[in-house]
Amino acid sequence: MPEPISTPDLANQFCKVVPKDAVLTRDEQLMPYECDALTAYRQLPRLALLPSSIEEIKAIVKICNEYQIPIVARGAGTSLSGGALPHKDGILLNLAKLSQILEIDTQNRTATVQPGVRNLAISEAAEPYGLYYAPDPSSQIACTIGGNIAENSGGVHCLKYGLTLHNILALKILTIEGEVLELGGKNLDSPGYDLLALMIGSEGMLGITLEVTVKLLPHPHDKKVMLAAFDDIQRAGDAVNGIISNGVIPAGLEMLDQLTIQATEMYCNPGYPSNAAAILICELDGFDEELETQVELVKEILNEHQAIEVRVAKDKQEAELLWLGRKASFPALGNLTPDYYCMDGTIPRKHLAHVLESISNLSKKHGLRVANVFHAGDGNLHPVILYDANISGELEIAEKLGGEILELCVTVGGTITGEHGVGVEKLNQMCVQFSEAEISTFHAIKAAFDEHELLNPGKAIPTLHRCAELGAMHVHQGKLPHPDLPRF
Amino acid sequence: MPNLSNEISNSIKDAYQKQQVLNISAGKTKQFYGRNINAKSLSLTEHAGIIEYEPTELYITARSGTPLAEIEQMVADHNQILPCEPPRFGDNATLGGTIACGLAGPRRVSAGNVRDCVLGTEIINGKGETLRFGGKVMKNVAGYDVSRLMCGALGTLGAIMSISIRLLPKPEKEETIAITIDCTTAIDKLNQWAKTPMPISASFYDGSELYIRLSSSESAIKACKKSIGGELINNHGSFWNGVKEQTHAFFKTDKPLWRISVPSNTRLLNINGDSVMEWNGALRWYSTNEDQKTVRTEAIKAGGHATLFKGGVTDQIFHPLPKVSFDLHKKLKQVFDPANILNPGKMFTEL
Ligand SMILES: Cc1cc2nc3c(=O)[nH]c(=O)nc-3n(C[C@H](O)[C@H](O)[C@H](O)COP(=O)(O)OP(=O)(O)OC[C@H]3O[C@@H](n4cnc5c(N)ncnc54)[C@H](O)[C@@H]3O)c2cc1C
Repeated sequence: MPEPISTPDLANQFCKVVPKDAVLTRDEQLMPYECDALTAYRQLPRLALLPSSIEEIKAIVKICNEYQIPIVARGAGTSLSGGALPHKDGILLNLAKLSQILEIDTQNRTATVQPGVRNLAISEAAEPYGLYYAPDPSSQIACTIGGNIAENSGGVHCLKYGLTLHNILALKILTIEGEVLELGGKNLDSPGYDLLALMIGSEGMLGITLEVTVKLLPHPHDKKVMLAAFDDIQRAGDAVNGIISNGVIPAGLEMLDQLTIQATEMYCNPGYPSNAAAILICELDGFDEELETQVELVKEILNEHQAIEVRVAKDKQEAELLWLGRKASFPALGNLTPDYYCMDGTIPRKHLAHVLESISNLSKKHGLRVANVFHAGDGNLHPVILYDANISGELEIAEKLGGEILELCVTVGGTITGEHGVGVEKLNQMCVQFSEAEISTFHAIKAAFDEHELLNPGKAIPTLHRCAELGAMHVHQGKLPHPDLPRF
Repeated sequence: MPNLSNEISNSIKDAYQKQQVLNISAGKTKQFYGRNINAKSLSLTEHAGIIEYEPTELYITARSGTPLAEIEQMVADHNQILPCEPPRFGDNATLGGTIACGLAGPRRVSAGNVRDCVLGTEIINGKGETLRFGGKVMKNVAGYDVSRLMCGALGTLGAIMSISIRLLPKPEKEETIAITIDCTTAIDKLNQWAKTPMPISASFYDGSELYIRLSSSESAIKACKKSIGGELINNHGSFWNGVKEQTHAFFKTDKPLWRISVPSNTRLLNINGDSVMEWNGALRWYSTNEDQKTVRTEAIKAGGHATLFKGGVTDQIFHPLPKVSFDLHKKLKQVFDPANILNPGKMFTEL
């Protein structure tokens, strides 16, 4: 270990490689980085740095490596799992200034961008060529592609167009040793191990993303958005399965429960039937006649499942209105409550009704309301726990309730996180989902890239000690709650 | 079919203790792919059987020794397909071998690579430990994506025991048209069409004819045929099978067969020999006696890489990796196979 370095001395070191005003030292300058979108966890970093070039990032990493200073990279700070939470002994590396779109290659249909480029900015830059970048997290106006890579973010259209993983062609990664690792290319595969896949979703723990090449897609020929209302949530869930088992893969298929419907109605008035127990929003795309046929088929399926109302948006405005409510769900729920806690488990769709009922029971048990808004097509649930942090003990209850929901997801054969990442939030549940040998493998992978654990340390993978203390791993010693369900 | 996880795990544990190198195999249909290694055979063929198939959930979970044919038949019965359309290269091809080789077929351009449809795997590492990664749901970001790391790793990181694969509905209709066209125009056209939402699910250029497969509804196909032109071909199922399984005349060659992966809009490569093209231009096959340096240099110039797929004399099958990357490969190999007993040297000499 090198001699510990004082924070002022460290700041001086950084001032040699980046402009003075890019080294933030005072508490009021550091406050904006204290947390990401999971505000329950807060921590000031020692320093925050605002590099504006790759060269500056390299110089910063070199210093950090020399003095063994932890680094937490940050894009837009919209992570919902505390992924961008600073480390108390470390620096916060804000990559927002690296926001250049380096190339739109219309011939090969790719965009090459810096890590701080916002998700939506890529599609905007590609728009003049009739192309776009498919993954569209609800946070897409703010979140950066660097953050999307780290979290393998999804969006409402990933049912048909895939996650971040399926839409990334190449990455340039800076290793902690200061070397540039180039992965992938504008072609469709690479020799050797699929390090590109390994890097995506690795929560900033294996390297720092310096440059990203994404795949651009042509816009679909045409699309139709429809809404279906149900007076029973089970029927809504069955209708989702009905659509997919009939060979239709909608571009998006979302579900909102009653509490969410009411909240969005109050918030932005999208015209959802307020008497419904659940609504589905279904977007279909394709060629004219093909699309018409699909719309008819889906309508039929919805009616078969006793939808109380089926509406097909007549024009773009109406379609946008139908989406508006879904997209505004979180702020709308925010209006109902001082604080909310958004979960992110995924389950095989057939367990939807059972899981929703169990969530409702857990909600009653803990005395906190839970709203459900989620990507129904791929079984990715976002139960939203409403609580008030000012009431002593409520945050803890919310966390406990959230934890139990995630464990329920694992029990039915699902996973604790579909798209938000583990971060600091779901470390305990990782112990439930993975065995000791699996967690050890994760640590060994981390060590292969970052021996001294300087990149986003303490996130995503729990220590074995933590799991042992929780006693959660016992479920793996052949005592899994539902041994009949293959758990993977 | 039996679950042989315990037996296989014990064999690997034993080999780990004895430092006995193993050659993991199953249907032996893709033995030609990768470097030859001399090691004790560990066959996974008997570890077979479909564990779970949920048509409405769009996934299937099967043991690695399950014949690919059995899986494809099972999902076809429910009007579904394996998205990546993997080649079998023989009747005995298994799911495990398919994942380990990571080779996708003609549908790659529209439905993704082998790894894109892998949802989860159970593996046994080089110490004999059984590990599960990923899952059976499409969205899953818990832990590093180890299951996809297994794709194309040629068994050097673990014996794949079972796999969950995402499925897609079978397209309502498929038709293939052929257009007589020169190579440059073919490349241009393919890349132009790819900028439109036309449902092109496969392409093949044989040097004079460009074959385009359209997969969608009757009406959409009709509209696209009109704008593409060309002639409808008969028996198109067997045509694409020939491309996928390399029984097409081009592949019947005595010369070394190179697989060159390049950006789709790459112009004609400067390599002497016969060639065909797939994947909208992103995959080029060359049957050529050119030395490997020439082939690889051309691939690199285009921003791609070359694999000596079949034949040839070089010991270097895969494109050499830059040092930063190769060092990480070696470290990852250590993580999964510390005694270096699983298919050592199958991919690269030192791996
Ligand atoms: C209102 C709202 C809606 C959301 N909707 C969705 C949704 O629909 N789907 C979805 O998947 N997520 C959603 N999210 C979560 C979040 O937006 C995503 O996880 C997003 O990818 C984070 O991007 P970011 O730029 O804000 O990253 P940050 O929050 O800044 O960082 C996230 C992680 O990425 C790492 N990181 C960032 N940049 C780099 C880099 N260049 N190199 C290495 N590591 C890096 C950080 O260290 C951290 O671990 C939502 C969040 C909010 C607040």
